Amino acid sequence: MTFRRYMVLVCVMVSGAFGDTFLSAGMKQVGPISLQHLFGLVVALKNPWVLNGIILLIVFFASYLTALSWADLTFVLPATSFGYVIIALLSQFWLHESISLSRWAGILLITLGVGFVTQGPSYTHHPDVDSPQDSAVPSLGEGIVAEQEKEHSV
Amino acid sequence: MNTSHGPAVWLMIGVIVLTATAGDILIAGAMRQIGDFDVIRSRSGLKGAILAVLRNGRFFGGLLCMALSFFSLLFALSWEDVSLVAPAAAALTFVTNAFAAKWILKENVDHRRWFAAVCVCVGVFFLSR
Repeated sequence: MTFRRYMVLVCVMVSGAFGDTFLSAGMKQVGPISLQHLFGLVVALKNPWVLNGIILLIVFFASYLTALSWADLTFVLPATSFGYVIIALLSQFWLHESISLSRWAGILLITLGVGFVTQGPSYTHHPDVDSPQDSAVPSLGEGIVAEQEKEHSV
Repeated sequence: MNTSHGPAVWLMIGVIVLTATAGDILIAGAMRQIGDFDVIRSRSGLKGAILAVLRNGRFFGGLLCMALSFFSLLFALSWEDVSLVAPAAAALTFVTNAFAAKWILKENVDHRRWFAAVCVCVGVFFLSR
């Protein structure tokens, strides 16, 4: 893992957490939407908080795609779990939501449990699907570079 | 915020989790098909990297599922606090993704990743209290 790749993971965490929090702030202004009036979800897109939340989630999506191009899904998700803590801090200190001790315990447990996954390999090498001789048939492993294979073997 | 919509909110979280898992698996599969972004970008620039993504059908399937997940999230957020909905949905998605990644993407979900899945389950239990 290079410094730049760690920065991509940080971008996934921060943009995702702020995006979700902006959406929440916007939806609180819009108010509850009933199943009978689902069109209200489209109207909610006019809210500036919702719009900014969407922009941040686009940033999140771009960095998430970048991370998935060189790492496993089961690596990227836990590696970016610190976003839950950012959401909790933002919702308590900015949105003034009440977070009970058990919710804090849950958030910390999630972060502690999954944070150390980053110590393991980021990518699964698939000899059966990654090998060049299989390239005649497009596969899930197509296009993976030697750098990732080397990284996994360390 | 009002938290008296318990079962309905958890049903909505279930919908978010299912659609998000389908989206994640399809998009992770697409990105594995496409390959390392850094390599593509150094070879054919940012435009080439974007085109590589836009030419992938699996990516659009994933995008559709993620859009469904997004509107479900928006709907749930209008009823419940973000500090419950966002972590609960994301954490449960992590667990379902671990299973789906192992069986569908054939990822090496080793003891570290399974242990993480258990921690997330317990964490979600505490979150919902």
